[in-house]
Amino acid sequence: MHVELKNVNKTFGNFQASKDICFGIEKGKLVALLGPSGSGKTTILRMIAGLESADSGEICIDGKEVNNLPPAHRGVGFVFQNYALFRYMNVYDNIAFGLDVKKEPRKKIKERVHELLKLTELEGLEKRFPNELSGGQKQRVAFARAIAPEPELLLLDEPFAAIDAKVRKELRQWLRDMIHKVEITSIFVTHDQDEAVEVADQIIVTNKGRIEQSGTPYEIYKRPKTAFVSEFVGEPVVVRDFERLRGFDKADFDYAIVRPEFVEAFKNDNIHFKDIIPYAQRGVIKDIMFRGNHLELKIDVNGTELITHRSMERRAVTIGEEMNVVIYRIYAIRNKESVLMENSDLTALDPRGKRREKYLYSDGGYFVG
Amino acid sequence: MYSKKSFRKPMIIISTLFVSLMLILPLLSVIVNSLSKGWEFYVKSISTTNVMSAIRLTLFVTLITVGVNTVFGLAAAWLLTRYSFKGKQVLATLIDIPFSISPVIAGLAFIMMFGRMGWAAPIVDAVNSITGWNIKIVFAIPGVVLATIFVTFPFVSREIIPVLNSVGTDEEEAAALMGAGGFKIFKKITFPHIRWALAYGVVLCTARAIGEFGAVNALSKTRGKTFTLPLEIDALYMAGSADSIVEAYAASSVLVIFAVILLIARNVLEYKTNHVNSLLKEKNVKD
Repeated sequence: MHVELKNVNKTFGNFQASKDICFGIEKGKLVALLGPSGSGKTTILRMIAGLESADSGEICIDGKEVNNLPPAHRGVGFVFQNYALFRYMNVYDNIAFGLDVKKEPRKKIKERVHELLKLTELEGLEKRFPNELSGGQKQRVAFARAIAPEPELLLLDEPFAAIDAKVRKELRQWLRDMIHKVEITSIFVTHDQDEAVEVADQIIVTNKGRIEQSGTPYEIYKRPKTAFVSEFVGEPVVVRDFERLRGFDKADFDYAIVRPEFVEAFKNDNIHFKDIIPYAQRGVIKDIMFRGNHLELKIDVNGTELITHRSMERRAVTIGEEMNVVIYRIYAIRNKESVLMENSDLTALDPRGKRREKYLYSDGGYFVG
Repeated sequence: MYSKKSFRKPMIIISTLFVSLMLILPLLSVIVNSLSKGWEFYVKSISTTNVMSAIRLTLFVTLITVGVNTVFGLAAAWLLTRYSFKGKQVLATLIDIPFSISPVIAGLAFIMMFGRMGWAAPIVDAVNSITGWNIKIVFAIPGVVLATIFVTFPFVSREIIPVLNSVGTDEEEAAALMGAGGFKIFKKITFPHIRWALAYGVVLCTARAIGEFGAVNALSKTRGKTFTLPLEIDALYMAGSADSIVEAYAASSVLVIFAVILLIARNVLEYKTNHVNSLLKEKNVKD
């Protein structure tokens, strides 16, 4: 493991910001610390950087314990939330600062800065001051400044928070490509699940100072292990009384999480679904919201309100219309643990899953088939 | 309906009249009176030994005061904005005491401390007997310096604190993370942010130090030795003869000239500070 945290704890006064944090990151991976605000993700990042000290536990970078090393000797580059560019220095001096502090020879600094200006496509802007740059350009300067001294590890605190929505999407891809290009182990903090899923190789979900789950974006999305992760990721609808949904047995579970992509709503004469019509429930459309590339339907199924997405390519629906509703699966929650529960009628119909693709016709589904 | 415009003219007239009557006319009359016995008399009256010694002492005291208060102000501002500790609020309030206390009380406080009956007098005596020095504080130049430092010490820190607060610690943290030491961070990162506010604070501090009367008056009794310019003016005026009153005006005009120079410096710096601040605000650059 390139970066490893073992039983790390941190308290601020009476507030425990980190409880028994344990995780490891492989070299070259891009990792997201994902969690709501106040979940302790930034504290973890700052402890790795050395901007905060851990109360107990061990923080290792590249096999060395760094708990007592000052930030500058940890080989860490840090991109701050608002970039913290030096406002009285131009782009060139900003990027050169870390090398200048290290007393590198002038010629080498010049070479490295120009190399980075080229890499981040900032050539020609080296004389500009931070207030003369756009949000995206500032982020690129912050990135170049952080990696200029060639750190082992790059830490980014909410790297996209200060940028407007439109540019943010482009920058996500840019940052991902850039980090993979320079092959640097990176950890970034975010509260935006789309950002984490899109950019990271590995996601660590934090909540109330603890780590809830760690895994690939696919695992986090498909197999949430805890109630918190099931509710934090995706677009969850909480259903208390899920026995009302056909094909599910509540047993001793507390409640269930149903995502839009788990819910299929189709008209009586839809031939794609003729095999499973006998297992469908009646649902009444309560509301239709236009979401640009799809519709979001609110459907009342046996007294439970569910949400599903409907492709714009399918036939039009109206409020009050009756639909057939099949729920493929749910996350059933018991003691804060999340269990994936398949629709028992559908699994009985086709235990080996050979004919599944015939009825698993879900347009917005993330894992159809 | 409320109209902003209809208020404008009367407000301009009132403010201008007020400023003229209260400030400009009295100051002009000082200048006019100082020249009432002619240019030669003017030059003669400001070049007497007493007045020259007072000018020298005033500049000397001001120089030391500004130096001490700049260092103190920077340290206090840094402490109050960059660290959190118990009693921080109390300390911030204590620094402002000179703003709210009468300068005479400041002067008397030093007499109570270092005067013949004062509790700190034995300490000074002990130091003198060990080192063989002959340091006197009360009714001597050290006392004048102490009193001036007392009344002017919030100026520098009060100017810098808001700037340090609004700048935040991000840039310093970023620089520290890259391995920059405390001095380098101050020189390269923090100082550029505060330099105009610092200069402004220094100007205010200088103006106040040059003009201080009450605190110094309590601690300075020897004309020609420990009298600063404001005290000398007072002494000349109190002498009461027709000549000495004109001499008092002449000496006053020197203070007025200092004040005007500092006023211009102040305005230039204020402009610079605002100008820099507006430069540092986000320009609306589009991606």
